Amino acid sequence: MEQIPILKLGKFLLVTIQVDMHDQLALRLQDELTNRIVKENAKGVLIDISALEIVDSFIGRTLANIAAMARILDAETVVVGMQPAVAITMVELGLSLPGVRTALNVERGMEILSSLVQVDSDAPPPA
Amino acid sequence: MEKQKSIVSLLKAKQDTILQEWEKEQFSAGKFRADLISPDELKQQMRDFWDSLLKALGQEERVDLSDEGWKPVRSLLTELSKSRAKLGFTPSETALFVFSLKKPIFQLIQDTFQNDPARLQKELWDLNTLLDSLGLFTTETYIRSKEEIIRRQQEEMLELSTPVVKIWEQIVAVPLIGTLDSARTQTVMENLLQEIVAASATVAIIDITGVPTVDTLVAQHLIKTVSAARLMGAECIISGIRPQIAQTMIHLGVSFQDITTKATLAEAIKYGLSQVGYRISKME
Repeated sequence: MEQIPILKLGKFLLVTIQVDMHDQLALRLQDELTNRIVKENAKGVLIDISALEIVDSFIGRTLANIAAMARILDAETVVVGMQPAVAITMVELGLSLPGVRTALNVERGMEILSSLVQVDSDAPPPA
Repeated sequence: MEKQKSIVSLLKAKQDTILQEWEKEQFSAGKFRADLISPDELKQQMRDFWDSLLKALGQEERVDLSDEGWKPVRSLLTELSKSRAKLGFTPSETALFVFSLKKPIFQLIQDTFQNDPARLQKELWDLNTLLDSLGLFTTETYIRSKEEIIRRQQEEMLELSTPVVKIWEQIVAVPLIGTLDSARTQTVMENLLQEIVAASATVAIIDITGVPTVDTLVAQHLIKTVSAARLMGAECIISGIRPQIAQTMIHLGVSFQDITTKATLAEAIKYGLSQVGYRISKME
């Protein structure tokens, strides 16, 4: 059974989608990622979709959902490496991922995550 | 077959008269475009057309333009229509080249078959059908060649108008010129996104100084491009919004919410540089 690996990297979770997504796989990823965020108490999630070349309406929506779910679980989410064709398709489908941060590659994505979580930990603890 | 032959021989016998009459028609006031074609050239065209017409009539039993025997006539008319479309003749003037042949030929047929009304009608009808289809063929070819010109120009415009330029490391800009339609937006979007990847840009500037009007559709296209760029991790700035356009956009209820907009390209570049950690300062 193919699976999308979720790697723990300090306070962050790293998800790299290396295979073509199909509906079942997308749903399983959604399930596993939310569970892992809660279990590991992750502060940030980085989803690398640079290898993803085809999205249909379902995969697009699931991606948007996963990102939104991670945000609700208080993990900053950065989607990185979206291909131009995928970006165009997502916009045409009306899925512009509002509220989700994006970056060009994993390096920049990690920078964003680090700075975000940095800011969070600098904030004064709630009284 | 026999009848057809006799018409051909009749036309051949009287061809000098017909050509003379036809010439008179062609050169009559209001029809001849001395500014676009020389008399000698026109005469040559008439002569060529007449010869190939007679040849085709003699060869083919049926009058069907798609038959092999009519090929020379067709190619001749195609050439003629194309050159006339380029020279700036109107469609009517192009079709009149053929239609003006009606008068002399009909005159001849009428004179010949005066005493045989049935025959007269039959021959008139046949020739009328033939000349009509030839005339329609010219018009069709004329329009097709015009359409070809339009299509080529559209393609050229599409290629010309979408350069993506690199302003500084991590900053790309695309100056848009002319009206934005769906096809152009698509090309602009694709080029811009490709360039964002190639230059690994984090800031993309879309300059619309050269866009004459922004209606809801154009705004929609712009918003799509900005969203797509954002999905790839680049911030988009729209610059060059003229006062008039700002007014129309607000009246139309279009506001670029959540999109950074700047009045001029200079401002956009300045802002973009500050986003990637540069500052422009004057030398001492």
